[in-house]
Amino acid sequence: MTVALAVRDLSIAFGGVVAVDGVSFDVNEGEIFAIIGPNGAGKTTLFNIVSGLYRPRSGSIDLHGRDVGGMLPFRLARLGMARTFQNLQIFFRLTVLENVMIGRARWEKTNLFADLFHLPSVRRQNEATRATAMQLLERLGLARHADTVAGELSYGSLKRLEIARALASEPTVLLLDEPAAGCNAVETGEIADIVRDIVTGPLAVVLIEHDMKMVMRLSHRVLVLNQGRRLAEGTPEAIRANPEVIKAYLGSHAEEVERAAG
Amino acid sequence: MSAFLQYLFSGLTVGAVYAIVAIGFTLIYAASDVVNFAQGEFVMLGGMLSVFFLGLGLPLAGAAALAVVITIVVGVLLQKLAIEQARAASPVTLIIITLGASNVLRGVASLVFDKQFHSLPAFSGSNPIAVGGATILPQSLWVLGGSIAMFVGLWLFLDKTLTGKALRASAANRFAAQLVGVNIGFILVLAFGLSAGLGAIAGILVAPITLTRYDVGALLALKGFSAAIFGGLGNPVGAVIGGLVLGVIEALAAGYVTSVYKDGVAFVALIAVLLFMPNGLLGSKTVDRV
Amino acid sequence: MSTDELQGPARRALNRDVIAAVALPVLIAVLPLVVSSNYVTRVLALVWIMALAAVGLHILMGLAGQISLGHAGFFGIGAYACAVLPTRYGVPPLVAVLVGIAASGVIAYVVGRPILRLRGHYLAIATLGFSLLIALVITSEVALTGGPDGTDVKRLVIGDTRLTKPIAWYWIGGGLLVVGNAIAVALRVSPTGRALRGILDSETAAASLGVDVALRKVQAFVIAAVYASVAGSALALMNGFVTPDVANFQTSVEFVAMVVIGGASTPIGAILGAALLTLLPQLLASFHDYQEIAIGLIIMLAMIYLPRGLGPSFGRLVGGLVARRTR
Repeated sequence: MTVALAVRDLSIAFGGVVAVDGVSFDVNEGEIFAIIGPNGAGKTTLFNIVSGLYRPRSGSIDLHGRDVGGMLPFRLARLGMARTFQNLQIFFRLTVLENVMIGRARWEKTNLFADLFHLPSVRRQNEATRATAMQLLERLGLARHADTVAGELSYGSLKRLEIARALASEPTVLLLDEPAAGCNAVETGEIADIVRDIVTGPLAVVLIEHDMKMVMRLSHRVLVLNQGRRLAEGTPEAIRANPEVIKAYLGSHAEEVERAAG
Repeated sequence: MSAFLQYLFSGLTVGAVYAIVAIGFTLIYAASDVVNFAQGEFVMLGGMLSVFFLGLGLPLAGAAALAVVITIVVGVLLQKLAIEQARAASPVTLIIITLGASNVLRGVASLVFDKQFHSLPAFSGSNPIAVGGATILPQSLWVLGGSIAMFVGLWLFLDKTLTGKALRASAANRFAAQLVGVNIGFILVLAFGLSAGLGAIAGILVAPITLTRYDVGALLALKGFSAAIFGGLGNPVGAVIGGLVLGVIEALAAGYVTSVYKDGVAFVALIAVLLFMPNGLLGSKTVDRV
Repeated sequence: MSTDELQGPARRALNRDVIAAVALPVLIAVLPLVVSSNYVTRVLALVWIMALAAVGLHILMGLAGQISLGHAGFFGIGAYACAVLPTRYGVPPLVAVLVGIAASGVIAYVVGRPILRLRGHYLAIATLGFSLLIALVITSEVALTGGPDGTDVKRLVIGDTRLTKPIAWYWIGGGLLVVGNAIAVALRVSPTGRALRGILDSETAAASLGVDVALRKVQAFVIAAVYASVAGSALALMNGFVTPDVANFQTSVEFVAMVVIGGASTPIGAILGAALLTLLPQLLASFHDYQEIAIGLIIMLAMIYLPRGLGPSFGRLVGGLVARRTR
């Protein structure tokens, strides 16, 4: 198994509060790796460090074997990392299609001069970008909203739009931050289906989720965080059976987990 | 040494005015998130209105009092007629509105008064007082003393009175303040009125030294804003420190380096602060939540 | 659904911009037929020149969402390049224009990189401070620039003609505006334009998709500076005279007002705003003393009651009229 993302000993503190404390994990190509834990466990903070928004106080991040510590988010994106956000970061004033088209930014080949004078290369690039973006919208069931201003979409559709937009950059490592947060059962099921479908080839997915059913069904491996520290790691079954984890986190979810196990 | 002392005195004097403008910015910004570019016009109005009433025959004290009252009314009108009407506007829009207001005030001043420089008589004579090899004007002492009095008064108000605490609460979290019964509309009027009044007093205090004219507001606003940012926007103590430091640096630069680019000092300092200390000396860091 | 056609609001926006881009040269071509007064021609030439600068600022503020209260600084650089270089160094006026463009571009790049890391009112103040520095230098270097009283500008000569007549500058200004507007429209529907519009809504998301946000902001800043420089040069060459007012705070405020009053999201907005803020004071020319008040009031009223600007309201009005016609 090739390791797509290797994280070692990441730590960060805000003021006096240690938000992430010596967390390490590997994510392999083609796998869905879930990170769970109660609110405040440091999951999104961890994502923010990995995706370059925060600088850790210590630790290293390797993307496809390359040390990417301290790299700016846009450089990480160009190396194949993409993410969605817990609090939607949709381009609300743009249409759904335009949102996904911007996702192609990494692959677009025109330069500023061509853009200023609308040279033929720009027209060709626009068509190619539009076509790819439409395909993604169709795949994620958003095609009929293509020309709707994003701000008018339902919450569930917006969650799907963020995934479509992230996929447009053809990532090899995709960080999904609570993709089903705030979604009802139907929407959550749709998101779960999407996540399962997109893992083809070498794409590695790292998933933060609170919906235990989704986590147990989708993930190959699970990391449990508590107060910024790793509590346990293993297959969904092992985590489900881990007494410490059950005691600390799955107490109220134990039944859900039992049912999901079937 | 005496030259240094001289520059220090004049720097502190003009710095005190910058500090008051800076406090005015800070009060309004803290209470309403608005950066009020018309702040400098309050200082201008204090001086020019006093000159006007003096010219009509009123005694100095009466002219000054009337000037302060009118300026406070102007400040309140600005809040009620402009800022409040544009409640939902973006920060940029609000900045532009206050810029427009500053234009209007400047234009009206040029019409009602005139475009000349004017002065007020010094409060207690203009014989320089010798201090340590340098001289200081009695009026400078009025400016410094008056400013200190205003700072202390403001501090007491914010720290010891219920209304002052309500203002600080609204500044910290407007919604929460409303929930506990603070009348935000009143607080905003208070912030603007207070800033206008303080600015007017400063304008009156300093007019005998630096003269006043219909268009002194813009430059004062910029320097006051620089001072406010230097101390950390939203922090009154920082505003005072920022203003004094800016005044002194400006005077020292004018004395030792170049008097032509004296105003440039403030701008260079401003840009330097923004780039290297965007939260000012005493401001706090904010982190975007994603 | 065809994959190479825009629909919905994106299409409508493009339509509106394309229609305006076509209507503009038609308007410019037709106006001289109804206008014979030299005075009015000159005022219109001024409108085209100011509109050019405003369109440049729209690219920075409306597309990329970065406020600049320092646009007049670059306007001043363009103007004074044409004032200083030909008279004191014998540089041909057209070359001086190019030097102005280069200087503005380089300064915008150097200053822009650090300054554009700031946001909101901090950015506004930093740009303001920078342009005030430029104005200060212009006013203080009296030997070079003539100081506060201004200086003469050597006229542009093409072949045998000295370009002094208003009508000449009407066409030059109009032509520059048509080109400038076309570029702005083209930019919007390009990858760069999309990146800028994304930055306006969420810098974080744009960066996470591979957009070099810092670079794009600087690009927008430099483009805006170049527009302002060209406009400033045109103004100086048209007037034959220039004063430090071209680079002052008030001028910067007016440019911002033009963009936001007209509607920051479209180049026509900037042009409408420029027309309004240039024509209205001219109409009140006999009330010159009221000019500052008038501009201030226009700014305040427009921002309070039409925060999205005239452009969108105008667009809706035209759209409504068209819809009624075609029913």
